[in-house]
Amino acid sequence: MSVFFLLIIVLGFGALGFVLGRSRALASADGNIRNLHSLPNYYGFNVALSTIIPALGLLAILSLVLPILIDNRVSTFIPADSISEDTTRSLVMSDVRRVADGLDTAVAAGAMTEDEAQTVSTETTDVRERLGAVGVALGSNVEPFVLRAAQSYRAQAAAAQLWTTFLIIGVAIGGFAISFLRTNREFRARNVVENGVLVLLMAAASIAILTTLGIVFSMVFETRNFFQDYHWTDFFFGTTWSPNFRGDSDLGIIPLLWGTLYISFIALLVAVPIGLFAAIYLSEYATHKFRSFAKPAIEILAGIPTIVYGLFALITVGPFLRDYFAQPSGLGESASSVMTAGLVMGIMLIPFVSSLSDDIINAVPQSMRDGSLGIGATHSETIRQVVLPAALPGIVGAVLLAASRAIGETMIVVLGAGAAARLDLNPFEAMTTVTVKIVSQLTGDTDFASPETLVAFALGLTLFVITLGLNVFALYIVRKYREQYE
Amino acid sequence: MDDLRIVERDVDAKETKISAKNVQVYYGDNHAIKDVNVEIADKTVTAFIGPSGCGKSTFLRCINRMNDTIDVCRVEGDIAIDGEDIYDRKVDPVQLRAKVGMVFQKPNPFPKSIYDNIAYGPRIHGLAKNKADLDNIVEQSLRRGAIWDEVKDRLHEPGTGLSGGQQQRLCIARAVATEPEVLLMDEPCSALDPIATAQVEELIDELRQNYSVVIVTHSMQQAARVSQKTAFFHLGYLVEYGETGTIFTNPEDPRTESYITGRIG
Repeated sequence: MSVFFLLIIVLGFGALGFVLGRSRALASADGNIRNLHSLPNYYGFNVALSTIIPALGLLAILSLVLPILIDNRVSTFIPADSISEDTTRSLVMSDVRRVADGLDTAVAAGAMTEDEAQTVSTETTDVRERLGAVGVALGSNVEPFVLRAAQSYRAQAAAAQLWTTFLIIGVAIGGFAISFLRTNREFRARNVVENGVLVLLMAAASIAILTTLGIVFSMVFETRNFFQDYHWTDFFFGTTWSPNFRGDSDLGIIPLLWGTLYISFIALLVAVPIGLFAAIYLSEYATHKFRSFAKPAIEILAGIPTIVYGLFALITVGPFLRDYFAQPSGLGESASSVMTAGLVMGIMLIPFVSSLSDDIINAVPQSMRDGSLGIGATHSETIRQVVLPAALPGIVGAVLLAASRAIGETMIVVLGAGAAARLDLNPFEAMTTVTVKIVSQLTGDTDFASPETLVAFALGLTLFVITLGLNVFALYIVRKYREQYE
Repeated sequence: MDDLRIVERDVDAKETKISAKNVQVYYGDNHAIKDVNVEIADKTVTAFIGPSGCGKSTFLRCINRMNDTIDVCRVEGDIAIDGEDIYDRKVDPVQLRAKVGMVFQKPNPFPKSIYDNIAYGPRIHGLAKNKADLDNIVEQSLRRGAIWDEVKDRLHEPGTGLSGGQQQRLCIARAVATEPEVLLMDEPCSALDPIATAQVEELIDELRQNYSVVIVTHSMQQAARVSQKTAFFHLGYLVEYGETGTIFTNPEDPRTESYITGRIG
């Protein structure tokens, strides 16, 4: 039975459990709700949740674990000497799965009987041709051990599916029975249901945390592989970036880091003053009517996909800067430049800075402003000397969040600043960033075990550490600010 | 403690500092202050009492034009300080507020050092010629705020780190630092404990030597303790205004008597 039908059945049991549990509770209280410990619906939910949650949890675990178990057992069919120099076990295993799928298709199309599919052998039949006839194209003739592995794979998959079905339905019925029998007027269904919800919430939170850990670990492992092939001092202190696949690449991060920081710096130079001034105007001077229109309008900037900003950089800002600034002043010939990417990225960051700063300025208590105005300070003196200093930590936090956003930006840089790694001070030269190089090292026809590819993970981890550090610092500052008034 | 103890009255000889004639205040359509006429004497503590929402704080905020910062608020009638109409076009509300200091309900020290809190006003108005002068102003103001001894060793620590009563005295010192002529206090003790309240009340009595003090309070005992004159507001009207002793012992208006004896409020 497929997973989908299992789901339907389990949910059906759950719905049934809700109705039965509710009515059993009511019956035990002689139909008077006041005699129950909890509201009738809680008894229903208790039975429904006890039926559904353990069954679905087990289903999730089984569908993760069973394929791995089957793969392990099937791979014993593959003789070690059949794995040649340039392939891996996983490639052979994907052949096995393809043949197994092909046999399934053939049985489903009626081209083979089930018995035939399990007993057919390469000595007697041309399996490739038989499968080709039902539309399953195989790249090469089927090796005898692959066919045997595929047949074993099918048998085990069928068995696993059968067992899964029994187990899941068994667990669902078990949960149903236990919770149903426990249902009576004294049973504290409300507390049990609320504990169940608490567990769900905790599961959701831990998934978010575990995912982060998973990302970090996958990066760390690949980065370790990279540093086994390439010395870390050359990576962190190398000033040339010229990967090639002959094996003598220079993979120094310095030019990329320089490009990243240079472009982010220009972006912040644009975004911070404009965003901050906009925030001051909106929160302190603008009328309520104007503010309610202008704030969402600025926030729309944050909703534009970065690729659209990239196009804007490529076709408008880049040529404009080249024709009116770079060429007349003899600074460069390229439309792709640090300046282009920085300016456009700065525009993208304006709403980050302005929206957060606006909220923070608004959070400064009115009594602060009253105190300053009551002494005879003007509105602008009050803003400069009382409101902004009080909001400063929060504003710094906003700027740091914008900075980590700038450092991680990719599309605007590809289209605005180009892909040439370079160490240069001239803002009208093309340069590139860490993120762009991660993309270009991982895309295309590459060998996944070479340092030229693995360097992407080292770059990614470096970037992750930098932005993580910035975020932690920003959060620290924002939190410190929160403690200030109460 | 005799809560209704009346402090000695010597107000007859004082000249008028603030005079209000036919003052009306509107918040949008709401007529908050109706026909208020009052003459507030110099070097006197005048208390505004009345139930919540009666307009006493609103009227107080008219005296230094703090109501200007509220968009929907509109003030009509004349308020004059030393005979000069403060709602005249020529008057800059910012300059006026330097002359008419204000202390708020909740202590609101700036998130700066104690020194900078006090020096804020003098710096803005250019009252100090040099650093030594400013140091002097800060010390004098803190002494007048009766808090110098407690903070003289930690002038450069944040003002927000002080206790509530100390913060409120710091705010009074901050208001005094710009050398105002009038000091407005909007329920200055409502966020303080009885000990801090006593300290602030003592301070208010001392401030009377130099300033005309107007205090809004919900505590009738406090009004009786610190003020020489009392004004009773009710539903936007100034019901009765006179010597504190007379108001508390022999009120003319039945509403005043009801309020003081606790029947309305």
